This record gives sequence, C-alpha cells and structure tokens, in this order.
Amino acid sequence: MPIETRRRSVLPGFGTTLGFTLAYLSLLVLIPLAGLFLKSASMTAGEFLAAVGSPRALAAYRLSFGAAFAAAAANAVFGLLVAWVLVRYRFAGRGLVDALVDLPFALPTAVAGITLTTLLAKNGLVGRVLEPLGISVAYTPLGVAVALTFIGLPFVVRTVQPVLEDLEAEIEEAAASLGAGRWLTFRRVLFPTLWPALVTGFALAFARGVGEYGSVVFISGNMPGRTEIAPLLIVTKLEQYDYAGATAIAAALLVISFALLLGINALQRFGSRRLVGAGDAA
Amino acid sequence: MSASQGDWTLAPAAPPRAASAGALEDPAWVRLGLIAGALGFLGLFLVLPLATVFSEALSKGVGVYLAAIADPMALAAMRLTLLVAAISVPANAAFGVAAAWAIAKFEFRGKALLVTAIDLPFAVSPVVSGLIFVLLFGAQGLLGPFLREHDLKIIFAVPGIVLATMFITFPFVARELIPLMQEQGTEEEEAAASLGASGWQTFRRVTLPNISLGLLYGIVLLNARAMGEFGAVSVVSGHIRGVTNTLPLHVEILYNEYQGAAAFAVASLLAMLALVTLVLKRILEWRMGRSASAA
Repeated sequence: MPIETRRRSVLPGFGTTLGFTLAYLSLLVLIPLAGLFLKSASMTAGEFLAAVGSPRALAAYRLSFGAAFAAAAANAVFGLLVAWVLVRYRFAGRGLVDALVDLPFALPTAVAGITLTTLLAKNGLVGRVLEPLGISVAYTPLGVAVALTFIGLPFVVRTVQPVLEDLEAEIEEAAASLGAGRWLTFRRVLFPTLWPALVTGFALAFARGVGEYGSVVFISGNMPGRTEIAPLLIVTKLEQYDYAGATAIAAALLVISFALLLGINALQRFGSRRLVGAGDAA
Repeated sequence: MSASQGDWTLAPAAPPRAASAGALEDPAWVRLGLIAGALGFLGLFLVLPLATVFSEALSKGVGVYLAAIADPMALAAMRLTLLVAAISVPANAAFGVAAAWAIAKFEFRGKALLVTAIDLPFAVSPVVSGLIFVLLFGAQGLLGPFLREHDLKIIFAVPGIVLATMFITFPFVARELIPLMQEQGTEEEEAAASLGASGWQTFRRVTLPNISLGLLYGIVLLNARAMGEFGAVSVVSGHIRGVTNTLPLHVEILYNEYQGAAAFAVASLLAMLALVTLVLKRILEWRMGRSASAA
C-alpha cells in the first residue's frame, strides 16, 4: 500500500487540476448558490415565513410535488415495463425504440411544452378524443403531470435497464426448477433485485419534475392557486421585482432538492452495495 | 437474448434443464401484451409528439416554414444559441477533464464531497439557476452597483445567458469522465511518466486517446442541453428580440403570439438537433461498448 501511494504521486498535475476544479466550481456554482442563502438570511424570519408559507406558495408546492410524484409513479410502472421489454424481448425496431427513450433528455423543454400543449388542447389530436370523455388535460393539473411524465420518462428506464441486463439467468432457473411460475419468480426473485434501481429512477424523475419549468409553463395555464407550479411562482415574483419573495421560495425549493440529491446518492450506494453483495454470494 | 440463447445451447447437454427453459420464457401472449403496452406508451409519449413538431411546422406550407427560419430574428436567435454553446461547451469540457484527472488519478480528503458538489447543478431547478445570477449581478443584486458604475451589463444581456447555461451544463463532462478514468486506473500514465514524458505529453498521448469517446459523449449531451436550455436562460435573458433571445426563447415568443406554424418551424430545428444528439449518442455508446469488450 505505501508503494501504491508513492507511485500515485508520480503523476503530475494534481495541484493544477484540483486548483482549477475548485476555483471553477466555487466561482460558477458554490458562490452563486451561497448568494441565494445570503439573500434569504437578510430577510427577517417573519418575512421569510410569510413568503414561503403564503397560501399561493403552498398551493404551488402542492402542485409541483403532487404532479411530480404522480408522474414519477407513472414512470416507475411504464419505465419498468419498457426496460423489461427492451432487455428481455427481441422485436423489429428494438434498437430504434431503445435510442428514442432518451428523446426527453435531448429535446429542449420548450419544444416539448408547446408540442404537448398542441396535442392535448381541446382541438388537438389527443385532446379531441379525450374532451368528449370529460377529460381535460391542457391547462389543468393533469396536464402538468403529463408534461412531467414525458420529462421523467428516461430516468426509470435507464436505471432499471442495466440491472436487468446484469441479472444472472441462474437465479431464475433455480426459481423455475423449484417449481415457481413466471409471475411468482418475478415477484419474489426479480423484483427484490430490481427495486433499488426502480426507487432510484423514481427519485431522479421526481427530483427533475419538482424543478421543471420549460415543458410545464405552456400546458399548465398558470392560474395562481390552481395550475401554478413553484418554479413559475418564482419567475412571477421576479417579474414583479419581489426579489425577496422569489428568493425565499427558491431557497425552500433548493433545500428540498438537495435533500433529494443526498437521498438519491445514498440509494445508489445502497443499490450498488447490494449488487456487489449479490456478486460475492454468487 | 443471452439468457434464452444460453439456455438453448445448454438444453441438449442437460435434459432436466429443458423443462426450465420453458419457465424462463414468458408465454407468447404475455410477451406480445407487454411489448404492445410498452410500444403503445412510447408511441403516445415520444413518437406522437416528435411527429407533431414536424407536422405542425409544415402545416401552413413550406413557404411559411422557410420564412420562419430565415426571419432575421430567428437567425439572430440561432447565432446567439451557437455563441452560447461555443463558450459553455469548451469551458465545461475543460473543467470536466481537469476535475476527472484530479479525482480519478489522485487520492485526497474530501473527494466524495467534491464529487457530490459537482452534481449540485443537476439538483437545482433551472429557474433557480437563473435566479442566483440575477441576485448576484442584477440591478438589485450584490454586485449590481459595481456593475452599473463600470457600465457592465450581465443580466438581461449575453454574459448572463452564458453564465446560466454554464451553470446548468456544468456536470455533464465531469460526470461522464470521472467513473471512466477511475476504471482505467493510473498504470498507463505512470508508465509514460517513468519513461520521462511530461505531464502534458502524458495527458495528450496516453490519457486523451483513452478517454476520447467518453469525452465526446459528455460533450454531445452538454451541447444538447446548452442549446436547448429554457428555464434558466429565460430568467436572465430579458427577452430582448434579436439581442438576448436564444432559439428556445424565440420559440416561446412565437408560440405566445399565436404564430404556431412559425414557432414549430423553429422548434423543428431544435428537434432535429435532438435527433442528431440521439444518433451521435447511440454511435458513441456502440463504439464504447465495442472497445470495452475488445479490451
């Protein structure tokens, strides 16, 4: 081990690259983020709580978190289905479908926003079908959830897919040879291996959905208290030059996002430990 | 495929397994039902919107389509989007390489914290990413008076758009390269160094060829996000036509002015960028998979 440490130091550039990394990170990310908390700290507790806890703000969080949760749940179900079909079955165009799953990552959110709105508006291709059934999507909370489902679609697929691919055939064979049917094997053998990845994908989609703006503003209708998401409320307050109000809500959103990020990191560590553990056992 | 094929080849040698082969395969009706469900979902959520972008763009004819794209305001937006990408992509790529070098090739305290800190921008809402720069550089911001004194404009101007984009796209390359370079270890670089190569030579001749595909992969994703970012840029841009409008902001303005066909015409350019991104991404993944299995 001591030899290893000495050998590592043979390589040059540690000071330069780490120095550059820290300086760039601080200037571009850490200091601007600290500025946000500094600004919130300059408010009195009363002002801060009034801005964070106003009925309009509470309604906005409810919508943002509720719609993001619903969308992430939908993606957990359909993402698992898509990942399963892509890994387990062979069919024409599979490669194309697999590549297309990343479209929401690559398509600018504003484009997604206007397209979904056009499709789901009363006279849109899909809206025309749904409207007679009494289902309004555009300019309702449901529209927000649909946009967030689009945005979060790749997360669950891309976290579950590699785990499914790495799954050993032996454990399924063992389950089958012990007399388990496919459904029982899936429930009792496959699903317990998949769920950490599934939860990670869910959390990633949820976190993305909470902060999402571009795809939602077009379809939500932006009615305060009803279809106004938290990021839009920040923009509205900024446009009214209410910097303190915008900052307070942003700080609240940020703290929740960071908590989610830490939770996701812990989940991923837990998931990879489980995989390593399974590998050791095998 | 590998599971079922493995089973097929095993079956003749081990007869008892033949029974379990059936148990590993889902019944045809399950298979078809699940494939139909997955394709139906993806068709509705991915293919239909993608097709809609192009059909709406051409709904008023090719003339309107071309006019919308050749419009001076659209061209100005294109130029600005390219400029923003031309600054933020190399800057963040350079950062990603430097960060990955320090993190992957050396041991130091606080490394895990640094890796988490690099991921921070992914956890921040785009709107908040714009807001933090308004709070720093805006008229009411911390540095506002200083900037006004020196007649510098960052917010509602191009520098603010570049900064917000750089913030949003900050982690892409670093995230791609850190695990890749950690996996590759340090032996090759140490060999080069022990043969008397300078740090820069070692990097250019040994490390760079090893990470070039991963670097390109990160750059492709970084570029797509830099050109397509909406929320963060919208907060700092001020929407001054022909000056601070990027392509996504131009799409928004046209759409809100009920110029649907024109909005979708410009949006179709961004959709094509997305498709090119997906193709490049797939090619790079394929080549990385190849080189990984060859190694």
